[in-house]
Amino acid sequence: MKWIGIALLAGSLLVPPLFAGDFYVNLASQILIAAIFALSLNLLVGFGGMTSLGHASYLGVAAYICALLTSRYGFGHGTAALLSIAGTTAMAAFFGLIALRASGLGFLMITLALSQVLWGLAYRMSNVTNGDNGIAGLTRPAPFGISLDSPISFYWFALIVATFAFVMMTIFVSSAFGSSMKGVRDQPRRMAALGFNPWLIRWITFVYAGFWGGVSGLLYVYYHKYIHPTSLSTTSSAEALLGVIAGGSGTLGGPAVGAALVLLLKNYVSAYLERWNMLLGLVFLFIVLVMPTGIVPGVSSLTARLRGGSR
Amino acid sequence: MQFWIIQGLNSLSLGGLLFLLSSGFSLIFGLMRLANLTHGAFFMLGTYFAATAMRAHDGLNIWVAAVGAGIAVAVIGGLFERLVLTRLKANPLGQVLVTLGMSFIISDACLMFWGGDSIPVPTPQNLQSPTRVLGFVFPTYRLVLVGCAIATAILLYFLIERTRLGAMIRAGVDDRQMARAVGIPVSNLFTLVFCLGAGIAGAGGVLGGPILSAYPGLDADMLPLALIVVILGGIGSLLGAFVGSFIVGIIYTFGTALFPELAYIILFLPMIFVIAFRPQGLFGRVGA
Repeated sequence: MKWIGIALLAGSLLVPPLFAGDFYVNLASQILIAAIFALSLNLLVGFGGMTSLGHASYLGVAAYICALLTSRYGFGHGTAALLSIAGTTAMAAFFGLIALRASGLGFLMITLALSQVLWGLAYRMSNVTNGDNGIAGLTRPAPFGISLDSPISFYWFALIVATFAFVMMTIFVSSAFGSSMKGVRDQPRRMAALGFNPWLIRWITFVYAGFWGGVSGLLYVYYHKYIHPTSLSTTSSAEALLGVIAGGSGTLGGPAVGAALVLLLKNYVSAYLERWNMLLGLVFLFIVLVMPTGIVPGVSSLTARLRGGSR
Repeated sequence: MQFWIIQGLNSLSLGGLLFLLSSGFSLIFGLMRLANLTHGAFFMLGTYFAATAMRAHDGLNIWVAAVGAGIAVAVIGGLFERLVLTRLKANPLGQVLVTLGMSFIISDACLMFWGGDSIPVPTPQNLQSPTRVLGFVFPTYRLVLVGCAIATAILLYFLIERTRLGAMIRAGVDDRQMARAVGIPVSNLFTLVFCLGAGIAGAGGVLGGPILSAYPGLDADMLPLALIVVILGGIGSLLGAFVGSFIVGIIYTFGTALFPELAYIILFLPMIFVIAFRPQGLFGRVGA
């Protein structure tokens, strides 16, 4: 059953891009980027028990660093990518020190405040970030001399990175460290009594999630070739969080599905009306009130019930 | 010298506004253990209500507008609390997410109704002329605003510390279960405090109108300041909200005036400092 699922997933990721038009290929690339982002947030929310409302910081900062280094300071793409990931991870390490002084709602508020500060900075510090105009005219890298400018080549690139990210995060979660992470989420006191250091475990998780958030930010800026302060906004963090919760936080694949749904919804709605933020809010209310455990666990428990009933 | 005094007054008036915003946030958090992320939207809603009302009725008194908008926002907050938040009693994370969703809905609805241009709220005519004290010229409205915030602080203090209702709220903050057991209707208190907090934020939005004017994104500008205030002052503490508001008001105003592009970074510093040495905030209690 599991292998059939994997084969179906691999088939749906590998085959359709060969036939689909550019629009759908681009949409698929965006879904992959959003999926990496949501998976990285899920490390915090689902496995670490730390609900962050500031995850867009890592996406946005990585994208901004890369955009600035390549467009303004003439760095090559390789160096810029390394520096922006390193910078974002360092920022996560620092933010982790601050935010992890608190837990629960305090943690949520601190992450939100920190990300809002960055958002304000991106808007106001216009001689660096170009403010509300954003930074345009960026280029995509050409790893090993292969240009990523066509939608399909970018899709393969994003797919490789996303697969790698998924495998790495799965290994992280299923490792011994992942078990201690879940232990700290559920029973921090008992874990401390067993000799673990809950703070350190949370901090490492936080930094690792920031790292993958940075990777998704890099892909994000490569894809759009443009960056604007909205990518740092609460809306951006909230979209990812909605993806995680809608898909089922603390499951491995759920957040990717949730992120895909949020992105599709956003794309289709934006084509017809401008009220995306309102719809986002309504979907939040709906998911929290009606499907609090998320769509993937909700559907799987439903099918389990149906199967149990038919027997 | 004039610069320092004027900016000093500006920071006090911003601090006053922040107190009107964050005192409600803090009260709600203290009693309900709920981080109400709709609070910035309540503030903005108040400003828009006042801007519309004062545009429709020329010369409408701003105090009347503040009370009216405060009541309107309190009603909206109360409905939200009764219809949505009470369903999520056992799910604090769900509550936060719902308030976040609600803030998106409100801010987008404001954009839909009032458009993207900012709408000014006129300064009351009798407060337009500047006041002269010791040879310095002060904008009168800002002085009055600071007075308002202080008056609100005193009223809230008396409400919480000196009345029966306040005693019940304090009992609910200290031990919800025990308060229920001795017959305090904690659920009704929740609604009441939520209305009160929302109402103060709405009225604060009206009073902030002449300084800030109503514009889309006002909520996103104010909410982080309020968050920093309560993180600094200690979540759930009225005194903390008061002190924190003025600290943030001073830092933000002087930061914007002296280093316009770095004002947001400067806001970081006190927050980091306080979190590093007193994670519960200046006046917060451990475990609150």
